[in-house]
Amino acid sequence: MSEAIKKVEGITKESTQEMIDKVLEVYPEKGRKKRAPHLAPNDQTTGSACVKSNRKTVPGVMSARGCAFAGAKGVVWGPIRDMVHISHGPVGCGWYSWGTRRNLMSGINGVTNFAMQFTSDFQEKDIVYGGDKKLKACLEEARGLFPLAKGISVLSECPVGLIGDDINAVAKQSAKDLDIPIIPCNCEGFRGVSQSLGHHISNDTIRDFIIETREFTEPATPYDVALIGDYNIGGDVWSVKPLLEEIGLNVKATWTGDGELDKIAATHQVKLNIIHCYRSMNYMCKVMEEKYGIPWMELNFFGPTKITASLRRLGEYFGDEIKEKVEKAIAKYEPIMQAVLDEYRPRLEGKKVMLYVGGLRPRHTIGAYEDLGMICVGSGYEFAHGDDYDRTSVEMPDATVVYDDASEFELEQFAHKLRPDLVGSGIKEKYLFQKMGIPFRQMHSWDYSGPYHAYMGFPIFARDIDMAVNSPTWKLVESPF
Amino acid sequence: MRQIAIYGKGGIGKSTTTQNTVAGLASLGKKVMIVGCDPKADSTRLMLHAKAQATVMDLVRERGTVEDLELDDVLKTGYGDVRCVESGGPEPGVGCAGRGVITAINFLEENGAYTPDLDFVFYDVLGDVVCGGFAMPIRENKAEEIYIVVSGEMMAMYAANNIAKGILKYATSGKVRLGGLICNSRNTDKEAELIEALAAKLGTQMIHFVPRDNQVQRAELRRMTVIEYSPDHQQATEYRELARKISENKMLVVPNPLTMDELEDLLMEFGIIDADDENVGKAEAAVSS
Repeated sequence: MSEAIKKVEGITKESTQEMIDKVLEVYPEKGRKKRAPHLAPNDQTTGSACVKSNRKTVPGVMSARGCAFAGAKGVVWGPIRDMVHISHGPVGCGWYSWGTRRNLMSGINGVTNFAMQFTSDFQEKDIVYGGDKKLKACLEEARGLFPLAKGISVLSECPVGLIGDDINAVAKQSAKDLDIPIIPCNCEGFRGVSQSLGHHISNDTIRDFIIETREFTEPATPYDVALIGDYNIGGDVWSVKPLLEEIGLNVKATWTGDGELDKIAATHQVKLNIIHCYRSMNYMCKVMEEKYGIPWMELNFFGPTKITASLRRLGEYFGDEIKEKVEKAIAKYEPIMQAVLDEYRPRLEGKKVMLYVGGLRPRHTIGAYEDLGMICVGSGYEFAHGDDYDRTSVEMPDATVVYDDASEFELEQFAHKLRPDLVGSGIKEKYLFQKMGIPFRQMHSWDYSGPYHAYMGFPIFARDIDMAVNSPTWKLVESPF
Repeated sequence: MRQIAIYGKGGIGKSTTTQNTVAGLASLGKKVMIVGCDPKADSTRLMLHAKAQATVMDLVRERGTVEDLELDDVLKTGYGDVRCVESGGPEPGVGCAGRGVITAINFLEENGAYTPDLDFVFYDVLGDVVCGGFAMPIRENKAEEIYIVVSGEMMAMYAANNIAKGILKYATSGKVRLGGLICNSRNTDKEAELIEALAAKLGTQMIHFVPRDNQVQRAELRRMTVIEYSPDHQQATEYRELARKISENKMLVVPNPLTMDELEDLLMEFGIIDADDENVGKAEAAVSS
């Protein structure tokens, strides 16, 4: 993708590097050596990662990362609506990860969706004697209480891995006895350096236990697609899916936002996989590409510029029939989008935003801010890998700061220097920045708003950003600057 | 109160030696408690004349939580007024026996099993120190004195040396010391000399050489210690002697573990590995090549 080099006034490679060096000065030598490669000015021309990533967090820096269990339960499995998801182990991991991303789903709770918190609630005796018998009983109970559930996932917490419980054997036997798919996922929190490994393990589990176990009932069409890596945050799936249908595509399955087991299991029959969150689901896209020859495409549905570009890529891919519908849709929504821009852009023009989130947001949402006239002056991921930073390079303005697995201290110092008008990050960062007098949006779950995706989501995004940045509240807060 | 942990290779006779020694101490008028730290729960059988007293963990499983237990449920009194408790734990291959030991000892502490009138507490610990749980008895404020049961067999000595490494680790951060090696004879060649030499290398002593005698077997079949079953037998005298030596022992050291080479040299020195043996295997290699 050839993009014009974006510059930000007052930000040069040198100024950014100087800012980074100043932050690093505070660290003890060992920590400084480890953190240095994770902070760098962006080089938009190279289109490749300027920072090191996916490394173990330096102890003591107050990282915002999660664990493999969080990646598995919170991200991949939790949104699948017609399954019972059992957090296998002591109660806390399951309880405190319940619904943090809201997992909006259709259906009736307890009948066609199961957005409840299920846990095997390990006690001391389960650690000592093993939890396999308890798991078996738990599966029987779940099956008896919720006979309409299509399947059960068993998500391992740390102690299960430590004592070596064989959840795979229990799942296999119980699946036979109870006549229902039971999916064991060995996602103990201590595995890997962040939640990222939990995504990977979950993808592998879908590969080993789910994909190709069902077929779609309706006849295939050339326009069958699946929406991958969209977790329906704030209803994002519900805003993208109708748009894709409007341009003539059949969205056969959504992974995993508002997802259904049978449809996920039959996804090997689609013609194209459209992926949003590359980090958490590229693995299965690659598996389906290799095994079933299904191509995949990373598309961005934040803000009219990116939506238009994404729709046109789909038009190019599928040919004239779709192309025509794409142009019709673009023409239909353009005036609506223009009205949104006319209202909000004058109030947001030139405002600076700093992002620190996970998954796709640190790069995908930049275009939406730019549509509103805003400038992204810094971005980074909690748990990304090199290929995510490659993809980020072209989206960010040249020479702006990129931070991987940033610490609270680093973010605070960057904010002091860059003086953003908005910070978009997680709940752990929210109060730090608000106390600094900086408007903040909790961008892991759209601050309990949304959807932000597609044409339906952009007006809400614009309203929320305006509401945060221009709230009169901030005039009452004394800025420490 | 002296707290003593007994370690050694699996099957070496830790439980038998512990119970006979404790019986010896009891006959000297000492107040003793035995804490069995082995899921097999056979550390108190000879004292109670019955296997499978209700173990701490078994009752936890039955009743739900540790909080539901009373000390009286698990603490039994056996021969010579010795108090007996077993941690218990899972069948092989499931769960976490180490955690069971931790849970059980915590329970005993919190519920006042360690009364001031006790002269000795003995921990009889499963095999090698395989994980943190089995090192629980030698953590801070628990056993500070360790005896390793060993024989003249290579692997038993190897295990003893390994355990010495574990003690070294805890000794540097705490007060754990090695009290000596107890040789539980297997009638191997020059056994006493060999263990004396091993003890010297480790910087400790062979506190007693317990000869092999079938009387131990006969007593065990009747679920008794030799001291109870046949107090006048020579073997009973041996155990009483061991008990007296432990009771009077002042030699507590930080051990000096051997390297594998040193251990093999030791066996060589005592002629267990003959110089001629050097050629065994080489001839075969020559033929096959």
